[in-house]
Amino acid sequence: MDTKLPPYATVGQRIWFYGFRVICGLIFFFLIAPILTIIPLSFNAEDFFTFTPGMLALDPDAYSLRHYREFFGQGGYPWIGLLIGLALGIAATVALKMFKGTTNYFPIVIFAIIGLIVGKLSGLEGEEWMTPMRNSLRIAPVATLLSVGFGTLAAIGLSQSHVPFKGAIMAILISPMIVPLIISAAGMYFFYSRIGLQGTFMGVVLAHAALGIPFVIITVTATLVGFDRSLTRAAANLGANPVTTFFRIQMPLILPGVISGGLFAFITSFDEVVVVIFVGSAGQQTLPWQMFTGLREQISPTILAAATVLVAISVILLTVVELLRQRSERLRGIDPH
Amino acid sequence: MSDATAANTTDNGPVLAADGTPLKRSLARALRVQKMRALLLIAPLLIFIMVAFIAPIVDMLFRSVENQITSETLPRTVMALEDWDPEGLPDEDTYAALTYDFVEAAERRIHTRLGSRLNYETTGISSLFRQSGRGVDDIGEDYADQFIELNPAWEEADTWAMLMGAPDWIEAASAAEDAGPSFRLSVAASELLPETADAYRGFARTVQQEDNDNPMAEEPWFPVYMALYRDLMRTDVSGYDGPMADLLIEADAAVEGFTGMSPSEAWLDLNDDWGDRNVWATIEAFSDPYTAGYFLTSIDLRLTPDGIEAQPEEQRIYLLLFQRTIFMSGMITLMCVLLGYPIAYLLSNLPSKSSNLLLILVLLPFWTSLLVRTSAWKVLLQQQGVINDILVWIGIVADENRLALINNQLGTIIAMTHILLPFMILPLYSVMKTIPPSYVRAAKSLGATNFTAFRRVYFPQSIPGIGAGCILVFILAIGYYITPELVGGRTGTFISNRIAYHISSSLNWGLAAALGSILLALVLVLYWLYDRIVGIDNVKLG
Repeated sequence: MDTKLPPYATVGQRIWFYGFRVICGLIFFFLIAPILTIIPLSFNAEDFFTFTPGMLALDPDAYSLRHYREFFGQGGYPWIGLLIGLALGIAATVALKMFKGTTNYFPIVIFAIIGLIVGKLSGLEGEEWMTPMRNSLRIAPVATLLSVGFGTLAAIGLSQSHVPFKGAIMAILISPMIVPLIISAAGMYFFYSRIGLQGTFMGVVLAHAALGIPFVIITVTATLVGFDRSLTRAAANLGANPVTTFFRIQMPLILPGVISGGLFAFITSFDEVVVVIFVGSAGQQTLPWQMFTGLREQISPTILAAATVLVAISVILLTVVELLRQRSERLRGIDPH
Repeated sequence: MSDATAANTTDNGPVLAADGTPLKRSLARALRVQKMRALLLIAPLLIFIMVAFIAPIVDMLFRSVENQITSETLPRTVMALEDWDPEGLPDEDTYAALTYDFVEAAERRIHTRLGSRLNYETTGISSLFRQSGRGVDDIGEDYADQFIELNPAWEEADTWAMLMGAPDWIEAASAAEDAGPSFRLSVAASELLPETADAYRGFARTVQQEDNDNPMAEEPWFPVYMALYRDLMRTDVSGYDGPMADLLIEADAAVEGFTGMSPSEAWLDLNDDWGDRNVWATIEAFSDPYTAGYFLTSIDLRLTPDGIEAQPEEQRIYLLLFQRTIFMSGMITLMCVLLGYPIAYLLSNLPSKSSNLLLILVLLPFWTSLLVRTSAWKVLLQQQGVINDILVWIGIVADENRLALINNQLGTIIAMTHILLPFMILPLYSVMKTIPPSYVRAAKSLGATNFTAFRRVYFPQSIPGIGAGCILVFILAIGYYITPELVGGRTGTFISNRIAYHISSSLNWGLAAALGSILLALVLVLYWLYDRIVGIDNVKLG
C-alpha cells in the first residue's frame, strides 16, 4: 500500500485511501478503548460502573481515590520499606562507585520500589485485595525462576545441531500453551490431590512454572537462532571451558531473550486464574482470582481500581520487553529505523 | 580433504583418526556425545513437564474411563452378579452379598458416593442408596434374636472373636489397648463357615479402621447372624472341634427351626426398588473397572441394560454444547480475521517508525490482564453500561429498551474477539512483512487494477499468515473458560464451562474428564495441523 496519496489520485482512490485509514482507526479504537475506558471510571466517586453526569462535566467532586484506598488497604509498612529500600539502593550505588568506578543511580530506584512493595505487603492480615496481591507476588517470581532456569537450559540443548526426537520434544514442551487451561487445571487438580500438592503453595508454583515454560522456550530459541556459533568455538579455542564460555559469551548475548521469556512467564503466572482456582486453596488466592470472584458475584468498583493498577503493570512490562527487543536488534546490527 | 585422507591411509584399510580408531567410529562417538549432551540439557525440563503437566493430563484421561467405584464399594455383589441372568431378579446369594457389602459401605459412609455415581446413569438410585444405608443394619435381626434366645453366648463379642479370629490374632488383640492388630481369620472358621467368616472379617476390619474399636469388645452387626444362619443351613458342623464347637453344634441343630426373612425379602422390605431389574442392571453395567459410560454421556448416548441408546430428548445437551463451542470459536476466528487483516496490512506497509508506534496499540491489549479486559467489557456492555448509555444519548435506542449486549452469545463473541485479536494480528503481520512490495508494483505496472493486484498477487502470499492466525485463535478460543463464564450468561458458555461445572459443582469427575478428553483430542488435531502448516518452533511472540 502506498503511504502517501499521489497528487494524480482519482476520487475513488482518495475515498479508498482515507476509508481504509478510517477502518483501521476504528479497529485500533476497538482494541484500545475498552482498556482506556476503565481508567477514568476507576476514579468514580460513586459506586457506579458508568460515567456519572458529574464526571462528564469534569466536576472534581465526581472523582475520588476511594476505590484506590480500598484496593491498597490500610495494613503494611510501606514507608519503612521505602526507607530501607532507599538505604540499600544508596549503599549499592556507593559500592558500585567504589569497586567498579561507575556511577549508576538505577539501583536506588529499583531498591526503593522493591522496598515499598515488600513493606506494603508485609504483615498484612486478611486485607481484601492486598493479601491476594501478596500471594500473586509470591507465586509468580518463584514460578518464573523455575521456568526460566529449566527453560533456558533446554532451549540451549534444543538449539544444538543433533538432537534426537527434536520435533516430539518441542511439541511436548510447547503443549502447556496449547492445551486448554481448563483441561490442564482439571488434570492438575486430580493428580495433585493424589500426590498431596493440591492446595499448597508448591503445587501452584509447579503448575504455573509448567504454564510459563513454552514462553521461555519460544523466546530463548528465537534468540538462539541468531546466535553465532563461531563465538563459542572461538572461546573454546582460546582455552575457555564450556561453563566459562556459557556465562561469559553465550549468556550475555541471549540475555534479552531470557529476560523477555521470563517476563512472559511472570505475566502468565501473575495473570493466571483457571489453574490457580483448581490447584490452589484459599491460602493461595491470587489477585486475578479475587477479581474473578468479584466479577462473578458482585461487581465492586474496586475491581476497576485493581484493573487500572494491572494496566499500569502491563505498560511497564511491555516497555521493558520493547526496550530489550530494540537492544537485541541493535546488537545484531539490525537497524529498526 | 581428499589429500589429507589419502596421506593418512597407508593401505586400503579404514580411515583412522589421530588415536588410531577408525574415523567412522570416532565420528559416530563424537556425534553420540553431542546428542547425549543435548539430551542432558533438555532432560531436567522434560522430566519436569512430564511430572507437572503430562502426568496430570494422562491421569485425567484415565479417569474418564475408570470406574472402580462399584467394584470397590460392592465387591461381593459385583462377583455374585457375574452369573446373573438379566431376565429375572438376582438370586438369594446375590442379595446376601449385597447385605454384607452394603452394611460395610454404610458404616464407612461411602454408599452415598456410589449412589450418586450410579444416579448419573439411572435417576433414583441416589435416594434408594441413601435410604437403604439407614436400614441395612437391621437385616438379620430376626436371626440374631433367635441365636441369642438359643444361647445368650451369641450376644457376647468374645464368642465371635474366639470363633472367627486366628489364634495368634486373638492373643495379640486381647492384650491390645485400642483397635489392636488388624483382624485375621482363623483358617478353620473360614473353611467351615465361609460366608460368616467373610461377613465377620468385613465387620472386624471396619470397626477397627472406622471407629478404632477392638473386635474383641464389639458385638457383630446383625447381617453376620444372617450369614451364620445361611452357613449352618447348608453345612454340617458335627466334625468341628475348634473353639466354641459346642455352641456351634448346638446352633446347627436348632437352625432348622429358625424363621426369618430371606435376604431378598429383607431387601424388598427395605425398599421395593430392590425388586426393580433396572437397578440391578445398572449396578451390573457399571461393575466393570473400566467404562465407556462417561464418553457415551459426552455425546448424548447412554449405556442401558439393553445396550447403547440415545439420551432422552431433554437430557441431550453435550453435542449441542460442542456444536456451540465450535460455532462460536469459528465466529470469533472469523471476526478476528476480518478485523486483523487490515491492521496487519497497514502495519506491514507503513514505514517502521510509525508501524512500531501503532504496534504498541496491538501489544498493549496483548499484555494486559485477561481479567482487566473482561471486566472492561462487562462495564461497557451492561444494560446500564457505557455503550448502551452512548446509544441512548445519540438516540438510536430508546431508554426503556436498551440492548442486551452481555450475558449472551453476542457478549462472548465481542469480548473474545477483542481478547484474541492480537493473536491474529501478530502472525499475520510477521508473514506480511516478508511479502516483497515489488510484486504488487510489478502486477500494477503490467496493468492490473489495485483490486486485481491484491487478489491475484498479494492475498495468496498472505494465506499462510491467515492459516497460522486462524488455527492459533481457534485453538485458544475453543478452550476458553474465564471470559465465557463472566460474560456468557446461559447461552454464551463453552464446553469448558461445563467441564468446570462438573469438577467443582456436580462432582461428576468422570464426565468432566471425558468431556475434557474430547476437547483435548480436538485441540491436538488442530495443534498437529498448526505444526504441519506453520511449525511449532515458528511461533512468534511480539
